[in-house]
Amino acid sequence: MSAATHATHLSPVPRGRVTQARVVLSEWTKLRSVRSTFYSLGTAVAATIGIAALACAIAAHHYAQMSPRDRADFHPLEVNLAGVQLAQLAIGVLGVLVITAEYSTGMIRASFTAVPKRLPVLWAKAIIYALTLLGLMIPSALLAFLVGQSLLSRHHINIAFSHAGVARAVVGAGLYLTVVGLFGLGLGAIVRNTAGGIASFAAIMFVLPPLMNILPTSWNNAASPYLPLAAGESILSITGGNHLSPWAGFALFCGYAAASLAVAAVLLVRRDT
Amino acid sequence: MIEAQGLTKDYGKKRAVDGLTFTVKPGVVTGFLGPNGSGKSTTMRLILELDAPSAGDVTVNGRHYRDHPAPLHEVGALLEARSVHTGRNAYNHLLALAQTHGISRKRVEELVDLVGLRDVAKKRAGQFSLGMGQRLGIAAALLGDPQTVMLDEPVNGLDPEGIHWIRHLLKDLASEGRTVFVSSHLMSEMALTADHLIVVGRGRLIADTTTQEFLEQASGNVVRVRTPQADALRGHLVTPDVTVVAVEPGLLEVHGLTAQQIGETAARHSIVLHELTPQQVSLEEAFMDLTRDDIEFKAGTIDEAA
Repeated sequence: MSAATHATHLSPVPRGRVTQARVVLSEWTKLRSVRSTFYSLGTAVAATIGIAALACAIAAHHYAQMSPRDRADFHPLEVNLAGVQLAQLAIGVLGVLVITAEYSTGMIRASFTAVPKRLPVLWAKAIIYALTLLGLMIPSALLAFLVGQSLLSRHHINIAFSHAGVARAVVGAGLYLTVVGLFGLGLGAIVRNTAGGIASFAAIMFVLPPLMNILPTSWNNAASPYLPLAAGESILSITGGNHLSPWAGFALFCGYAAASLAVAAVLLVRRDT
Repeated sequence: MIEAQGLTKDYGKKRAVDGLTFTVKPGVVTGFLGPNGSGKSTTMRLILELDAPSAGDVTVNGRHYRDHPAPLHEVGALLEARSVHTGRNAYNHLLALAQTHGISRKRVEELVDLVGLRDVAKKRAGQFSLGMGQRLGIAAALLGDPQTVMLDEPVNGLDPEGIHWIRHLLKDLASEGRTVFVSSHLMSEMALTADHLIVVGRGRLIADTTTQEFLEQASGNVVRVRTPQADALRGHLVTPDVTVVAVEPGLLEVHGLTAQQIGETAARHSIVLHELTPQQVSLEEAFMDLTRDDIEFKAGTIDEAA
């Protein structure tokens, strides 16, 4: 008897239907079953905590020799959030990859054959990636704060969690990184190509701000706070500077991410695969 | 059941599928035959609504594919291009697809066994050979126990044992009353598995017929007759519609009559026959006759090239 004759004698398959919750579970399986997830998120967590510890250790060690001017510029929370700079790159790149790797490998055809309405796939990716990032990056930011401040406290240059704006900035680091991931996902879904997606993400986030210097200073100063990176980082800012207010800036950054996902959704339904 | 009506797809200025109208019925294996580049894979993508048609319409089991609440239970598809994330192992690939429909882990395990991938189920799909990739694709197609099974070039890259397995699988699926739609550019493969043929060339429908009829039409009633009374028989057979060629002394090739007609004529005139054989051209030849003008990339002969 050939193996094929068993085809119908498998356990019966109850007739289910595609639901958003089931697609979310499927996307969770996809996310946890590829290596790039572990490399990228591992980098993000290690950077958030490790770079914070390193930056605080260096600051603590050098504080005694710092000039009064450097001491005036020093902020115990700013050094503590230094790791976010690298984490945002890893998280943005993974956001792009979550969707573009499906196009480059052809997996997208299997995904859209199982879920031909397509949009549930995009929403599920956004939901599951956002939950993963929230669950990972808020605790990482809190841990980084604990480690960093305990290093600074030996020289009594630490700041308390209860200090105004500190809790918002630390938890905000986790929120900011989550939205960075969604922005990457949206851009990846629009571009559908890994190299192109990462390039667009890096260009919009990191190349656009210095490029603003070609504008007259007054224009630059007026426009710069509204760019995605500056808007998003305003939730981390404790010193103010040329930033929007923390929550207004963060809301604007959420708007950028939402807009990228909305454009992606419109294109996703219309384009051939 | 797959029903296409005037299905057309343009990519830029190139028309890949040109007004295809056909029905694929349940209970038999339907072969989808055409040279490379004749629009078979595009047609299958249109059926799954991965691409939108430029004109015309296609439904599966009475509905547009996208409108089925549980598409994997309706259609199981193996596409020609690989549709697997190379970094994910076979088990998780199938699991992720199964979860969209609430299909159990047990069913996933069973399919891994069915297609013979147990030993490599935890290996990343990128390390799979072509044949293993095909088996994984077939497992994905059967996940939802679908009413309609659609496979694009399923024997590609399979070893002889795998090819044998596929043939039996297709016939079993059809005998269970399912709709089985299989594309191939290999006529010989279709002759062994398909009961019905839909033949395309350059995106157009060339034939929609049973495999048997396709062969009979193509062979055009050529019958080999061996007889010691060749000249006498020839005199009785020749008419304006019938040609008789003397291949060698005592051996005739008759064009335009069936073996039955020749045998009866011979009996009426008491002519002894030693052999009476209808000549079937191979499916391969029949197909080449039909699609000669529709092949996109023709190999030039040496004379032409010179």
